[in-house]
Amino acid sequence: MKLAYWMYAGPAHIGTLRVASSFKNVHAIMHAPLGDDYFNVMRSMLERERNFTPVTASVVDRKVLARGSQEKVVDNITRKDREEHPDLIVLTPTCTSSILQEDLQNFVDRARMDTQGDVLLADVNHYRVNELQAGDRTLQQIVEFYLTKAKKKNELPQEKTSKPSVNIIGISTLGFHNQHDCTELKRLMAELGIEVNEVIPEGASVHNLKNLTRAWFNLVPYRELGVMTAQYLEAEFNMPYVDITPMGVVETARCIRKIQQVINAQGATADYEEYINNQTLYVSQAAWFSRSIDCQNLTGKKAVVFGDTTHAIAMTKILAREMGIRVVLAGTYCKYDEDYFREQVSEYCDEILISDDNGAIGDAIARIEPAAIFGTQMERHVGKRLSIPCGVIAAPIHIQDFPIGYKPFLGYEGTNQIADLVYNSFTLGMEDHLLEIFGGHDTKEVITKSISADSDLNWDKEAKAELNKIPGFVRGKVKRNTEKFARERGLSEITLEVMYAAKESVGA
Amino acid sequence: MTVAQTPNALNFDCETGNYHTFCPISCVAWLYQKIEDSFFLVIGTKTCGYFLQNAMGVMIFAEPRYAMAELEEGDVSAKLNDYEELKRLCLQIKRDRNPSVIVWIGTCTTEIIKMDLEGLAPKLEAEIGIPIVTARANGLDYAFTQGEDTVLAAMAHKCPKEAPKAEAEKNERNAISKLMNFGRKKEEVKQEESEYKDHPPLVLFGSLPDPVVTNLTLELKKQGIKVSGWLPSKRFTELPVIEEGYYTCGVNPFLSRTATTLMRRRKTKLIGAPFPIGPDGTRAWIEKICSVFGIEPKGLEEREVQIWENLEDYIKLIRGKSVFFMGDNLLEVSLARFLIRCGMTCPEIGIPYMDKRYQKAELDLLEKTCNEMGVALPNIVEKPDNYNQLQRIKELQPDLVITGMAHANPLEARGINTKWSVEFTFAQIHGFTNARDILELATRPMRRNNNLKELGWEKLVKEEAKV
Ligand code: SF4
Ligand code: SF4
Repeated sequence: MKLAYWMYAGPAHIGTLRVASSFKNVHAIMHAPLGDDYFNVMRSMLERERNFTPVTASVVDRKVLARGSQEKVVDNITRKDREEHPDLIVLTPTCTSSILQEDLQNFVDRARMDTQGDVLLADVNHYRVNELQAGDRTLQQIVEFYLTKAKKKNELPQEKTSKPSVNIIGISTLGFHNQHDCTELKRLMAELGIEVNEVIPEGASVHNLKNLTRAWFNLVPYRELGVMTAQYLEAEFNMPYVDITPMGVVETARCIRKIQQVINAQGATADYEEYINNQTLYVSQAAWFSRSIDCQNLTGKKAVVFGDTTHAIAMTKILAREMGIRVVLAGTYCKYDEDYFREQVSEYCDEILISDDNGAIGDAIARIEPAAIFGTQMERHVGKRLSIPCGVIAAPIHIQDFPIGYKPFLGYEGTNQIADLVYNSFTLGMEDHLLEIFGGHDTKEVITKSISADSDLNWDKEAKAELNKIPGFVRGKVKRNTEKFARERGLSEITLEVMYAAKESVGA
Repeated sequence: MTVAQTPNALNFDCETGNYHTFCPISCVAWLYQKIEDSFFLVIGTKTCGYFLQNAMGVMIFAEPRYAMAELEEGDVSAKLNDYEELKRLCLQIKRDRNPSVIVWIGTCTTEIIKMDLEGLAPKLEAEIGIPIVTARANGLDYAFTQGEDTVLAAMAHKCPKEAPKAEAEKNERNAISKLMNFGRKKEEVKQEESEYKDHPPLVLFGSLPDPVVTNLTLELKKQGIKVSGWLPSKRFTELPVIEEGYYTCGVNPFLSRTATTLMRRRKTKLIGAPFPIGPDGTRAWIEKICSVFGIEPKGLEEREVQIWENLEDYIKLIRGKSVFFMGDNLLEVSLARFLIRCGMTCPEIGIPYMDKRYQKAELDLLEKTCNEMGVALPNIVEKPDNYNQLQRIKELQPDLVITGMAHANPLEARGINTKWSVEFTFAQIHGFTNARDILELATRPMRRNNNLKELGWEKLVKEEAKV
């Protein structure tokens, strides 16, 4: 038993469902107790999904336990097949129902006899792997299933596309800023003169999977989802893949150069140096930002980075290489990918932490006292408690990770977003912190609008000094709040105690 | 299966379908806040933990008073000793938080692997010196709010068996009267005792936010009825005394096990009343309690009339409109009854579980309300099938659908007004004055969509997607 307060990655079935429901016209049947049926809530609430989530729980209750689940599961699969004619139904247990150790493959075989569409059992060890590993595996499983099928039927296209083309692998529902990243990647490919052949799994049809092999190469922007598929396609179909996350100016350039190498090896004659140069110097604001005086003030500041493999690595490199910020600690909760993580970040940070125990990260942050944190929602809250600003750079996802405006993390627009995030975290974070200390977020009516120093209240020397220490931007608000507090209590003299009492009362 | 006897009696169906609701372990989210000196330990898998963290939006950020005991492979395969494992975790909790009680929440997994929580608890509580309450709030047997039922039923066993001898001391024990008497002198308190009529002790059960507890307690006080205590109390150490022969009454429709436990195991007498939701329900609830104690209720009718008058601005938005309950939190019958009284019609009440005995008074009131309002009786569908319901919704085009979180946005995208059922679970909806809050919630989609009407944004999905 493990005492756990927080999970960075979800259980395996969440990964499987994310992949299954990203595809078009694929339905998932979850063999699970009633309460495990919350994926649809996450999807509809976090992503504000307009369509009904194509996941149905085949409910395991006391009766089903006693009677055995086969009949019910098979019924639910065939029923869904009749009702909605999905191309594919994916059956998955949850870690809870997997304890029952039923022969689900047998259920699937039974159901297949009566269905029009395909039926697959998610081949994942639900007790051993997490959401990310399961998602990666499920995507590979579905791709392999359809490519094998097409190969058998001799339906695999033999030709590559005439122009260089790419499959973007790993964009999925409930992924961290995935939709915006995908748009940005498509834009980038267009500018490089590369056709996007297929994007999977988001919005893809399983019927089109056989076309995957037409692309010249695969791009896997995220380490967590798609690597297994790309490796499979390389092994079976000799398709090269690029797995450099185009995040940050330097890594985006490296990714583009790798793409150039891969397509030129197949007969193209691309030269992207000028494009990279132009984007870096004039289009992306990030490189200029790094050079600007604002960023100079960040030099040598201490930061802690924590997240999934992809984002924690990329962010560590950006901070260290592009902004001159000292990454004191870089860490990830993807314990299963520890070696890769170490290899990627070790030269850019002082310390590495591989752990999925939020307490360990919290303690490390408290010990290090960085000027800013780049982490998950959990680190944001740790930061709040320690009054350290935090920019959120990785899942676990939160409704704030589905902004309505365009906010990619990848590509050149991503570099701008990240520069903003870094700048705001260090500076506005500071301001937020002051506002919080002095109750500046209070929106209660203001008694006097003036922010000038002359008022009927007398600030003693220490209080005045304290007030002057507060940056101008928030000083007025703090002053007003404190004076209002004093007036309400009939105090004419403002001392340090009054200031802090005011802060407390506003906080209450 | 239909069990309709007479044409104008309520019709009950049971679809035993695939429906969506929250896991009962979600009760942890509100119970840990209600019982301030408690610690909740959910003994289950990652699936349980992720549910609490995500679907409930319960972020365990600062000073959490609940946690997961995550079962690992060794636990499931019984390689590890359950007692030793639980002891290790509970000692850690004791060291870190020192709660007055640890509530073990069993889950589907502890059921499946047959972990004997009830057997382990007495030995462990003796060893670590903290009371342990064991509730099996699992998703195999229960839905959503029934989780609270399992906890309160288990906690009922921990209520002291007899009142301490001295009268003064008894006052001390009672959290609410103590709160209300705060700062007053002894004589005044005694004086106040006389405001109450002489009646057998009454204990109310159901977890409500403190302001609502005070509100309902005061409503009964107006009738001269003294509430001896609430299950649960604000602190575990202040659980009410329950002696044989005490009267008990529930405030929520999902507490049938607690009711049964209080009757059978603690030998109390259950007052079966409609639930104090809406002015009609609140009045009926108070009247029923009064009638059991032989007290003539005072001023209730005027009170109800006056509340209804205050609600008119909201009611006119929904009068004549229809509401469809997909079924989620077991508050459905009470809410439907209130909304029908407001002038709505209701074709279907989906509900995860229907205890016709515990809800009898409420069902009778529903029937009566429909007859008085001259509207058709709703079809009550236990364990509905969401897919079938969506077909019915498509046909009926109700003006409002009260539904779980999974279906709200997709229905809205198809031009159907929705309200999340969970909001009624967490909002303060009990008592006379809170009726406004129910309508504030129920009418919000209509008010919002009235504002948006001119924009022509009714349907925000392209082809008529399969409902
Ligand atoms: S339904 Fe069972 S396994 Fe699922 S979250 Fe609830 S208790 Fe856990
Ligand atoms: S006052 Fe100006 S400089 Fe100071 S923190 Fe605020 S914005 Fe930054």
